Amino acid sequence: MPEMTSSSGTDRGPAIETHDLAKRYGRTTALAGLTMRVERGEVFGFLGPNGAGKTTSVKLLLGLTPPTGGGGAVLGRPLGDREARRRVGYLPEMFRYQPWMRGREVLAFHAALIDLPRAERPAAAAEALGIVGLADRSDDLVGTYSKGMQQRLGLAVALLGRPELVLLDEPTSALDPLGRTEVRRIIRAARDRGATVFLNSHLLGEVELVCDRVAVVDAGRVVAAGTLDALLGGDGVRLRVTGLDAAARAGLDAFGPHRDEGDWLAFRPFARDRIPELVVAVVAAGGRVHAVEPERATLEERFLGLIGEGRVR
Amino acid sequence: MTTLRTIAIGIRVTLLETLRRRTLWALVALTVIVVLLSGLGFQFLVSETRARGTAELELQLGVSQVLILCAFMFSFILAATAAFIGAPAIAADIESGVLLAILARPVGRGAWLLGRWAGLAIVVAGYGVAAGLGEIAALRVVSGYGPPDPMGAAGTLAAQAIVVMTVTVLLGTRLPAIASGAVAVVLFGLAWGLGVLGGVGSALGVDSLETVGRIVRLAFPSDGLWRATIYALEPNAVIALMTEGRSLRVLQANPFFALTGPGPAFLGWCLAWVAGVLGLAMLSFRRREL
Repeated sequence: MPEMTSSSGTDRGPAIETHDLAKRYGRTTALAGLTMRVERGEVFGFLGPNGAGKTTSVKLLLGLTPPTGGGGAVLGRPLGDREARRRVGYLPEMFRYQPWMRGREVLAFHAALIDLPRAERPAAAAEALGIVGLADRSDDLVGTYSKGMQQRLGLAVALLGRPELVLLDEPTSALDPLGRTEVRRIIRAARDRGATVFLNSHLLGEVELVCDRVAVVDAGRVVAAGTLDALLGGDGVRLRVTGLDAAARAGLDAFGPHRDEGDWLAFRPFARDRIPELVVAVVAAGGRVHAVEPERATLEERFLGLIGEGRVR
Repeated sequence: MTTLRTIAIGIRVTLLETLRRRTLWALVALTVIVVLLSGLGFQFLVSETRARGTAELELQLGVSQVLILCAFMFSFILAATAAFIGAPAIAADIESGVLLAILARPVGRGAWLLGRWAGLAIVVAGYGVAAGLGEIAALRVVSGYGPPDPMGAAGTLAAQAIVVMTVTVLLGTRLPAIASGAVAVVLFGLAWGLGVLGGVGSALGVDSLETVGRIVRLAFPSDGLWRATIYALEPNAVIALMTEGRSLRVLQANPFFALTGPGPAFLGWCLAWVAGVLGLAMLSFRRREL
């Protein structure tokens, strides 16, 4: 199955780039000034609470709504550019497809919209339906599909023709845990074939499991962005320690910043391979080590921290 | 090329949607029933009046008036059909979110709307012409009477429906589907009512009312087209009979009588009107936030 080809000169640079992208609806600010960069070939998580401007951002990227400020580029082309849209797959948050069409007809319809060569359309549709597990229901009317199946169909539409960029807006909102696992596999497979995946979600666990980089958006602005490791501040370790006085505890500063939590000492960031060294130092200082717990901040903790900071500000 | 392809896809999808949805088939079935029943009615009317020795000219007058009445009712049904088939084309697809996935593709909004409109125009005009000609054919079979210009009558009936459908599509770019359809039907009824009022104004010599009638026929040409339908259904002999010894001004108060047919200027205006409203719809749709 040949992939969608891009026009010359558009393959360089990021998949998505925005500068102070803003959207206002009357007095309401949906997006205050979004500046971000999504590299080609990565799975990029776009996180934020409800009303943060995530869906508005996706619509702006696709030209479904015009910006009121700033600008950007998708696949090297201005926002909303038709040639770029030909190479983008999109699953809307509000996924609805013609209930009077059969599953395969929806795919054929979208194949026509992106002008896939006629000869390739049946195979492309079959491939996309197969990926999402709808091959055996492709002759059924969409109106008879469950909500989860309709979301799978939307995913198939988004993956049709192997687009260079796949924008998924809450792609698992209607799926059961099994379906969500399946979607993660599909996203990884898309990345493995070289596609960029922009995953808009508020399901932090999902993002944590599949994304290479994330941006957290709140009140229409990016409040943090980077790799998951950078965003989570790396690994840490907690030790349950007795017999250490204040001076001995201060002597552990060489291992980096730590937090005194009574019987527990928490070090973050902390390289895990230094844990034995730390334990030896604690014992040498007269302490007794009762427990060692390597830990990693969850995205949820970091997210809540970031959004909380934003709210306090 | 891309624009033409988008329009072609829009037409194809609209035709397929119309065939798949049961509304049109229900209408077709109802129309067949109506044509059969009205055919029986005409047969009864003709056989009874002939049996009583009524003059053929009077019979023709009676039959043509009943046919015009049938056409009048059908024009309302057709307008309502046009409104309720046309309303979801854009409005419901916006409301449901179907359009999000479509317009994220390399599809121009104007071209998409044009494709949907063209598909609807084929359906509405096809249904209007077929049903109109079916009714006229049924009448001819049972009574031997045929109006002078059946194609003109069916065509102008269909044109009224296209006027209503085009307005519905325009409204659908901003209003919910149900509101778009309802407003379009109300506008159609209002135009007819104000057209009648304009005719009464002409008959009574009230210039302001006459002006209202003229303006309404230009602003919403369905009533002018309805007059064209009437004219196409009236035999010359009937026109001569109706005008004999009567003031032409007074005859204008009759909403089921037309003294003259539509001129090329009015028909040209209708075309320009539809194109203008369609242009407005495309503009409005382009600016619509999704």
